[in-house]
Amino acid sequence: MSSSRHQQLPPQEQLSALETLRLACFANPLDGLISLALISAVLAAAWQLLRWALLQAQWGVIAANSTLLALGRYPEPQRWRLWLLLWLLSTVAGLSWGLLRRQSWPRNDLLATAVLTGLTLWAPAAVAQPLAVQAHWWGLTAWLLLLRSSAGAMAARVPPPVLQCWALLWPVVYVSGMGLIAGGLGLVRVPSPLWGGLLLTLIEACFAMLLCLPLGLALALGRSSGLPLLRMGAVAYIEFIRGAPLITLLFLGQNILGFLLPGGLSPDRIWRAAWVLTVFASAYVAEALRAGLAAIPRGQVEAARSLGLNTAQTLSHVVLPQAIKVALPALVGQFISLLQDTTLLSLIGLMELLGTARTVLANPEFLGRNAEVYVVLALLFWCCCAALGLGSRALEVRLNRQRSVAVR
Amino acid sequence: MRARIPWWRHRRVLPWLIQAAAALLVLLVISALISNLVVNLSAAGLLLSWRWLGTPAGFDLGETLLPYGAGDPYWLALLSGLLNSLRVIAAALVGATALGTAVGLASFSRNALLRSLARVYVEVIRNCPLLMQLLFWYFVVFLGLPDGASALHLPGVVLAKSGLHLGPAALVDGVWRAPIRLSLEFTALLWALVVYSGAFIAEVVRGGVQAVPPGQWEAARSLGLRPRDSLARIVLPQALRVIVPGLNNQYIALAKNSSLAVAVGYGDLYSVAETTLNQTGRAIEVVLIVLGSYLLIDLAISALMNGLNRLVQLHER
Repeated sequence: MSSSRHQQLPPQEQLSALETLRLACFANPLDGLISLALISAVLAAAWQLLRWALLQAQWGVIAANSTLLALGRYPEPQRWRLWLLLWLLSTVAGLSWGLLRRQSWPRNDLLATAVLTGLTLWAPAAVAQPLAVQAHWWGLTAWLLLLRSSAGAMAARVPPPVLQCWALLWPVVYVSGMGLIAGGLGLVRVPSPLWGGLLLTLIEACFAMLLCLPLGLALALGRSSGLPLLRMGAVAYIEFIRGAPLITLLFLGQNILGFLLPGGLSPDRIWRAAWVLTVFASAYVAEALRAGLAAIPRGQVEAARSLGLNTAQTLSHVVLPQAIKVALPALVGQFISLLQDTTLLSLIGLMELLGTARTVLANPEFLGRNAEVYVVLALLFWCCCAALGLGSRALEVRLNRQRSVAVR
Repeated sequence: MRARIPWWRHRRVLPWLIQAAAALLVLLVISALISNLVVNLSAAGLLLSWRWLGTPAGFDLGETLLPYGAGDPYWLALLSGLLNSLRVIAAALVGATALGTAVGLASFSRNALLRSLARVYVEVIRNCPLLMQLLFWYFVVFLGLPDGASALHLPGVVLAKSGLHLGPAALVDGVWRAPIRLSLEFTALLWALVVYSGAFIAEVVRGGVQAVPPGQWEAARSLGLRPRDSLARIVLPQALRVIVPGLNNQYIALAKNSSLAVAVGYGDLYSVAETTLNQTGRAIEVVLIVLGSYLLIDLAISALMNGLNRLVQLHER
């Protein structure tokens, strides 16, 4: 069917590369003028940036503070636990990646592999880490890529129930990771004020990402439920949270949560902020999921009910699998803004990545190195957020393919 | 034999039982929180009271619309903060809308270079945290501006380290004097908000224009309209129906984001409230005032945009 339609299409006009360029940028005099102006502006900006980055910028501030920016004041003798955590993470990440992609290596995966390898070879050396540490990073990346390809090769033989429950592994990884970071159960305790930098940013963001999903799902179901009291409660919660700036909610969490809970029960500052982030993100996640729920035709629910499924079964086997696929792009968008929102913790005095960077900049030794530090931070955030976006697009393509196969 | 179905499973009864249980749970949690609050507040001697609003604030604000000094009461300080917030929100709304519309339309340009630059701008800005961008603009760009005679000046506009000067400006003893002076903090915050929200608004505009069926473009062209006229008279009026609700969300986000002013020391509502809380310890009252004010701002923006939405929606019989 599709091949016969292709034969009816008119033949494509073949343009030379030069002709394509002319049509794209210099179609008429005005376009040409705009293009020339843009080209010269971009070249001038790039030249200035390059000259600054190579000649004027003093990147020493990053190398001198790389450990502080990554870990905060996490004590030196306990850092082996973080390495252990990294090995755990790279194991689970490599397996997940392989199970998702099977044996195929699409272009994006090759690109990600190249970027990852390049970063592993370059970044630890660039911040002047000792050779042993550099080798450790090489090992981590090699292990991740090894697992990716071997899990990809074995994915066909993994029983489906394992694949279905695979996502539940991540909360387990988070809890065991927090056990490693915080200590207890025989490990030396590392109190939370010593966690900082990128480590704290990831602790907070992952906590909120994991918990806002079930909370947001409950709210979305409440908001689209037929029971007026539940609906009103969910609407009140969602609209209250979405109406307030995050910074005022964080401020509320730091200053009022202590008054609301019985004396001594209030969690410490870091977990208070993590809960506020969760509560905040769940309202937005609820809205994303509600849009997904609204996109499911009524006939789906009616068909499920007429097959004899009860409400819980209808939700878990029919409605949610479809709604989550629809809501996925919006959900990842929320995760990206959640990761960015963790920077606001620096305004309430927590030493996450941005807060640590500001203490570095307040150090008289590194005064005036603002541009260098902010540029590195921006690159870090940009890479994380862009990677999340790319990952979501890959997942979306895969889910759409599955759906179209199922419909056929 | 038919099994007897218990009375509470009846489809008129069960929903109400579930709701009653949920309401009871919520009421229990809220009453526990409030009783804790009362116990803890009375232990701290901070029971709800509004009398402190009339006592002198004792701190100064860099710039205000109302005459305000350190001897004035707290309520005037908070009101000045609110007005400062409204000022930067209003200016940023206008700027971000202009920038966002321009960039959003540029992504449909025939010029490939312009299209890809619009794309790069949106991708770079949306993937970096606003607070970091604000600190970058303020500490790196705006505090790095030259002052005095070497300041950037165009007729009617002078941008120097001492701030943004509007109107006919003159250099007196190395200091710029002009009818209107906007502080560097205000200018940096405004710039950061415009650049950040502009990227999101560009995406809203792009989505709106894309939502107009391509047949509309083709019909306009076959009627002999120039591309500019097809955009202005055929496509944009239809795109607005999709754009306006999206803009509403972006405007509310912008209003909320203006509270990051505290990071550069611009005296907006939140930063005044934070100082007030630190001085008085009146956490509950201060948080109520701030949340209430932002709620009012959000409602005002929504009301405005809903009015606009009614104007642009398709009026059918």
